[in-house]
Amino acid sequence: MAVLGVIAQTIILIIFAPLLSGFIRKIKNNIRMRKGAPVLQPYYNFFKLLFKDEVISENSSWIFGLSPFIVLASSITALLLMPVINGIVSLNQMGDILVLISLLALGRFFLALAGMDVASAFGGMGSSREMFISSLVEPVMLVAVFAVSLNCGSTSMAVISSASIFKLSTLVAVLALLMVTVSETSRIPVDNQETHLELTMIHEAMLLEYSGRSLALIELSAHIKQLIFYSLLANILLPLNSVYFNTGLFGIFIALGLYLIKVFLIGLFIAIIEVSMAKMRLFRAVDFIGFSFALSILAVVLQTAGF
Amino acid sequence: MFGNALVFFDDPLSRFFVFTILLISLPSAVYSIGYLKGEYSRKKIFIAWILLVVFIISMLLAVTVRNAFVFLIFWEIMSLVSYFLVVFDTEHEKSISAGTIYIAMAHIGTAFIIAALMLLYCYAHTFDLLAIKDACQTMPAPIKNIIFLLLLFGFGTKAGIVPLHIWLPLAHPQAPSHISSIMSAVMLKTAIYGFLRFIIFILGVDALWWGELVLVLASVSCLTGIIYALVEGDLKKLLAYSSVENIGIILLGVGAGILFQKMGLGILAVFALSAGLYHLINHAIFKGLLFLCAGSVYKATGTRNMEKLGGLIKLMPWTAATFLMGAMAISALPPLNGFISEWLTFQALFLGAGNSGGAVKIFLSICAGILAFTSGLAAACFVKAFGITFLGLPRSKKAASAREVSLSMKAPAVFMSMLALAFGLCAAFIIRWLTMVSGFVLGINTSRISFSLNNFNLAPYPVNGVNLSSPLLALILVSIIGLIFAFLYLGLGKKRIVIGKTWGCGYYNLDSRTEYTATAFSKPFRIAFSFFLLPYRKTEKIRDSLYQVKHFKYEVFTTSIFKRYIYDPLLHSIFKIAHSLRKLQTGSIHLYIAYIFITILLLIILKGF
Repeated sequence: MAVLGVIAQTIILIIFAPLLSGFIRKIKNNIRMRKGAPVLQPYYNFFKLLFKDEVISENSSWIFGLSPFIVLASSITALLLMPVINGIVSLNQMGDILVLISLLALGRFFLALAGMDVASAFGGMGSSREMFISSLVEPVMLVAVFAVSLNCGSTSMAVISSASIFKLSTLVAVLALLMVTVSETSRIPVDNQETHLELTMIHEAMLLEYSGRSLALIELSAHIKQLIFYSLLANILLPLNSVYFNTGLFGIFIALGLYLIKVFLIGLFIAIIEVSMAKMRLFRAVDFIGFSFALSILAVVLQTAGF
Repeated sequence: MFGNALVFFDDPLSRFFVFTILLISLPSAVYSIGYLKGEYSRKKIFIAWILLVVFIISMLLAVTVRNAFVFLIFWEIMSLVSYFLVVFDTEHEKSISAGTIYIAMAHIGTAFIIAALMLLYCYAHTFDLLAIKDACQTMPAPIKNIIFLLLLFGFGTKAGIVPLHIWLPLAHPQAPSHISSIMSAVMLKTAIYGFLRFIIFILGVDALWWGELVLVLASVSCLTGIIYALVEGDLKKLLAYSSVENIGIILLGVGAGILFQKMGLGILAVFALSAGLYHLINHAIFKGLLFLCAGSVYKATGTRNMEKLGGLIKLMPWTAATFLMGAMAISALPPLNGFISEWLTFQALFLGAGNSGGAVKIFLSICAGILAFTSGLAAACFVKAFGITFLGLPRSKKAASAREVSLSMKAPAVFMSMLALAFGLCAAFIIRWLTMVSGFVLGINTSRISFSLNNFNLAPYPVNGVNLSSPLLALILVSIIGLIFAFLYLGLGKKRIVIGKTWGCGYYNLDSRTEYTATAFSKPFRIAFSFFLLPYRKTEKIRDSLYQVKHFKYEVFTTSIFKRYIYDPLLHSIFKIAHSLRKLQTGSIHLYIAYIFITILLLIILKGF
């Protein structure tokens, strides 16, 4: 039963993930006084790509073909670890929050290799920058998670998400994680998803050679990865109370509704950040991430001091 | 005194190291059959085999012998034989200078170990290590501290912890590849054996700062090693620097174990030390594997310079696949073995932080942050190593004409990549064995401690809801890949695939010269860590005439701050002292007779008093 619950939750979240991206794009356009694409545009793109032929570079090897599968599979596996509706616990036996971080690293590793596989300078540049940013982000994320986990005594996702402990150190850690989220989901000011100039791309530059189905898989996995980060923030900042589970199906619906509201609020916040800032150049991003690292250390210090 | 010269340890610690040494040395020996063939003359191949056998046997004896004096003899044989192997390619000038630095550093290290063992002998009046262990219990604390520092310095030199690592990236790549593999994978680990056997087992942890010092050195080694590896363009040197990093990760586990034992957290100490031992054997596996693959690349292309490689995945599919496995394992990606041991180390640091307070808590959290930073940088480093070497287009003619290596070179690499997978999937069984080993080292009874929930799940102790099941993780990953595949190809049918050219902004004659290079890949890192790497460049315009530049030469270098601020001043002052002492030795026989006369006079006067 529990396994069925996890599978159902995962399928719902996979279907829901592109909507969040569409929502953020719509909000951004509306703030800029534009009409913007429909909220469902990511779905249209996905199905359009799914039924298209693929163009593959003559230089590519099996790494290029295999990577989209590994990228998508790793983000779906990471999604399995994410408790969303408290009670229908995620696959807690499989691993904890560190496993989740490593799974995302697995996907990123293969995407970076795929970028270098086609012998394109853009791909190599994208891979280099992506690995640069992500290696800087890694300690920030871990130390922030450390601070949160110290508050509840466990790195298990289920424990973190169900603990109703709210402390100042958690708040500071969430702020650091928010900055991590911005850079990991390639948002302004670290990266720009909308850019069409290869030289300014980070994440997109790795994907330049992808088309058709493979691109559909990679885009879907980017939506899922974004949802994972938002859910993490939502779970840490405002943990759900297990009361909802005890009241049966009705409780689950309330929990799901609350979750959706939280995730959309975070999306709204990110959209506002995106329209109100300009993209930093690459080495300014180091300062941005450095600041978030300082925040995460502060969170640990506050935690030690008992706040 | 030497009555029991050849008595051996038959305990879990020695057995663990014997197992590790054999696990890596035997495949490497098989590999050398194909590697040496054609590369060297028959006579040299014969010498190489003799040296290899002596090298392996000296390591095996060093980690088992129970007499401190005999230990030193085998330790010294190990250093000397490996020196001969480093300078095996005598025609390379680099080999000789690398060998000289290696042998000098090895002996400085050995000198410290000898000093420590002599101090121990003064207290125990025997060289038998078990008797020394008993004598250590009544030893005063200051002496213990001095012996600890001597041993840390001595074994630290052999392990290559920063700033004593200076010989490692020079010596390891210079040896033939199967020897590089054994040196990095196993020989460095004999130094860890020294830490465990002499510091924890015999001397016994005496002060809190021991653990803290080891953790600080470990963190510094992690970061320094991986940053140097990232900017390195020589494939084998990159791997050697990454060994410095991994020794750091192993010592994070060991140091945490030392710290927790002194803090009275016995079970956590066992857990942390097990994590360290797990990473030890994992590093042996994947670094051994990576060096073998790098050797295959060298054999096939004749170069280790990554800027001349590329596109080998199509020409050398087996080597590429096994290298990828090693690269994934070393980047701590699930579900391979490197991931398991780094996860365990994180958990050890986390539980330690949870059970302590104040500065120690913050310190342990920062250590964990550094470990995370290291593993992020390691992933970048091995994306570069694999991507530049094996992907894209070949960057030189030699690389374009590479052929897959022979079976005796492929088979050991395949075997070791399977080991990397197996040590990831069978984590629960292995951690049980390692718990026993580390319990023995720390002197803690582990019969009631288990860090696994069942046969598949790892779980720290005390159970706090955290666990990790690598077989389940692998199963889910593979089945999701299968599901996506089935959905696409069975559900939607096959789509047409068009082969096209790589996008070059409308320019369609891209060749290997427009590819991203290893130097370009590491550029962001070079800039971000410029305060540490002190990079500089040399550019040169080679002109046909005043108006036309024919070639443009661009070279990037980094400065070793350890060489500039520690070793160079040190060497400089040694030379200066030696130089001023030379004034005594003028070559005049009269002066020498005067010296003898003064000496005798002084002795007579001293005797008279």
